[in-house]
Amino acid sequence: MSNTATAKKKNGFLAGTANYVDERVGVAGVLKEFGRKIFPDHWSFMLGEVALYSFLVLLLSGTFLTFFFQPSMTDVVYNGVYAPLKGAHMSIAYASSLDITFEVRGGLLMRQVHHWSALLFVAAAGLHMLRVFFTGAFRKPRELNWVVGFVLFVLGMAAGFTGYSLPDDLLSGNGLRIIDGMIKGVPFIGTWISTLLFGGEFPGHSIVGRLYSLHIMLVPALILVFLAIHLVMLVLHKHTHYSGAGRKDTNVVGYPLMPVYVAKAGGFFFIVFGVIMLIASFFTINPIWNYGGYDPSPVSAGTQPDWYIGWLDGALRLAPTHLEFMIGDNTLSMNILLPLVISLVFLALVALYPFFENWVTGDKREHHVLDRPRNAPVRTAIGAAGVTFYAVLWAGASTDLIATNFKMSLNQVLVTMQISLIILPIVAFMVTKRICLSLQRKDREIALHGRESGRIVRLPHGEYIEVHEAANEYDLFKLVDYKDYQPTLARPNAEGKITISARLRATASRFYFKDSVSPATMTEIEANAHHAHEIEEQVQKAIENQKL
Amino acid sequence: MLKNKLNGLRRSPKGLVVILFAGLLVVGTGYTAVNAAVNTSPQAASHSAAQINYGKKLFLSNCASCHGKNAEGTANGPTLIGVGEASVDFQVSTGRMPGASSGPQMQVKPVQFTNDEIAAMAAFVGSLATGPAIPGAEYTSGNGDIQKGGELFRVNCAMCHNAAGKGGALTEGKYAPELMHSSAKTIAEAMILGPQNMPVFNDANITPQEKNDIITYLQYLQTHSSAGGDELGGLGPVTEGLLAWLGLLGLIIAITIWLGAKSN
Repeated sequence: MSNTATAKKKNGFLAGTANYVDERVGVAGVLKEFGRKIFPDHWSFMLGEVALYSFLVLLLSGTFLTFFFQPSMTDVVYNGVYAPLKGAHMSIAYASSLDITFEVRGGLLMRQVHHWSALLFVAAAGLHMLRVFFTGAFRKPRELNWVVGFVLFVLGMAAGFTGYSLPDDLLSGNGLRIIDGMIKGVPFIGTWISTLLFGGEFPGHSIVGRLYSLHIMLVPALILVFLAIHLVMLVLHKHTHYSGAGRKDTNVVGYPLMPVYVAKAGGFFFIVFGVIMLIASFFTINPIWNYGGYDPSPVSAGTQPDWYIGWLDGALRLAPTHLEFMIGDNTLSMNILLPLVISLVFLALVALYPFFENWVTGDKREHHVLDRPRNAPVRTAIGAAGVTFYAVLWAGASTDLIATNFKMSLNQVLVTMQISLIILPIVAFMVTKRICLSLQRKDREIALHGRESGRIVRLPHGEYIEVHEAANEYDLFKLVDYKDYQPTLARPNAEGKITISARLRATASRFYFKDSVSPATMTEIEANAHHAHEIEEQVQKAIENQKL
Repeated sequence: MLKNKLNGLRRSPKGLVVILFAGLLVVGTGYTAVNAAVNTSPQAASHSAAQINYGKKLFLSNCASCHGKNAEGTANGPTLIGVGEASVDFQVSTGRMPGASSGPQMQVKPVQFTNDEIAAMAAFVGSLATGPAIPGAEYTSGNGDIQKGGELFRVNCAMCHNAAGKGGALTEGKYAPELMHSSAKTIAEAMILGPQNMPVFNDANITPQEKNDIITYLQYLQTHSSAGGDELGGLGPVTEGLLAWLGLLGLIIAITIWLGAKSN
């Protein structure tokens, strides 16, 4: 009796509490399972984490801002401390944003923290997506999680845009006006939708309040839901890892969540928070006081959206003019519809790519070892083409600033970008594919013949040779551990017919894999190692002879 | 009697001449009076002959090759007869003239002349014909209504010069310059003259008081730096996005590489 009493005492408060909780909600099993989840160490695996942490910072700083922001478009006369606007008529939304900026203690800092972390959130999510794409992490079983991640990225853009419009300043109002124009450009239903959204003719008196509801409730709630799905799937699928000694599709090599990664990740959150605070302290973002309250009559030169909407703005700017035509009484403004359709198609391609690649390869196995980008040359090249296409659209949003700051003609910048939008992705595809194939051949060369050591030796019979150093076994893993798919042929189905789909698939397969470079096999490596060994013996012999 | 006489006069050809003359006189003097009120008052003839001569000398050696010996203009440069003192002062005191090369737009360069030389050339050009005078203190005192100035600036100027006066692009390599380094006098002259691609904002359009308000607002922007830290060139979301990617995300990636490097 007394023994158990002392034992209990020894365990102390923490163990007691843990026991209490476990007995009631049975959390130990979950923790055990979750705590043993293995995370491999690689910097590129932390990009998604950065997005997650900036989202947390967004929630914290955003909550602070809701305490002071008033989403109303009712007209007031500003009587705050900012002299150039004293006495100006403006909406309550803009006035309260100015009050947050100039009169709430820490308000400006919090606004800047919120805005900078919004830019970071979408940027980190985008880069994380690129990492997943270029390493082939979207392959089975993670296709659905790719789609969830894609939805998160789009929701991030939606959250950003709805927030950008809230202060009701001139810049954000100009942005809203563009959205209004785009909506109105949709044939037949556009004007109705615009009236519905703005509660009458633009700008109306409702839009800020409506965007506020979306921005602080619906969109963040959706982000949280999809984030939860994303993370649950992450745990279910277990983490991917880069190829290396002992790393297989059936295991994960890394450190457990408890205690290593909890400490690392916790610390990393504060690092991300700290870097955001640092940037927000030293750099202005969205100086709304410069722009004045929104009024539909003025439009400012150099109006741009935040970076993640830039590619859509660029698509609008790069669209060729004079393509509109009439159907009955309806004008089809192709300079609006074309960019709209192209952006939606681009997004759809991004979302569906994993399914397409899976259809081409016909690979039904699970993949947990990541590809090096060079080992999937056509995928990497498609990615590079996509990135280039996006980048040109993105740059298209700042044609005017490029023209003025680099002393060029706006018209020429625009035409150059229109041409680049079509040419550069093709160039990027070809160049990237060539680079990948060359790197693969280089890898094969190193696996078979080793690295050039720079040691030149003359053999007794006068021949000069350069001694190659064989790659060590750990490096060798990285060089040969990949699958080279071969192009498949269109095969007849059960009825003996070759379907169109089968033909298309064979064509796609040829497009993907016709130049594939096979990895060096073990037999080849051993044969070459033997050869290298013979040369090394000759070299040693020659050196010995010289010594004598 | 008198009535009949007048009626007779009205119907006679002589009467038509009289009426026409009277009408023209009223319209003409009225126009001149209004014009004088709307535009600037006729040139004050306060320049000495010596100053005008000195200006002419400078003009012949520095400007005549493009603008012609009598400022009548050539294929390479417009006539300067009637452009007024304000125009000479604006173009030369901002370094735009003498132009270094032809192009979409005359560039701001280091100023090539002293204030006395500029004044002399302005006096010479002013002596050729009446034109806008250099704006006085009622335009440039900088004690106007700052809020009204901001509103006027956003409505009239921001579409080319940007809401924060950072400038913007026009077509074919032309641009609206940034206004963060422009003096009150330069801004007032630009509004009166409408140089290069800028429209004229005359005193009927924007009154001298309103011009002063705009200048007051711009001077506030020129002298007050951003409350939120470095303003990244004031170019808005483009430079912000650049810093978000290269600075913010770049720094964090550097840290992730540092964190991930340990295992190697």
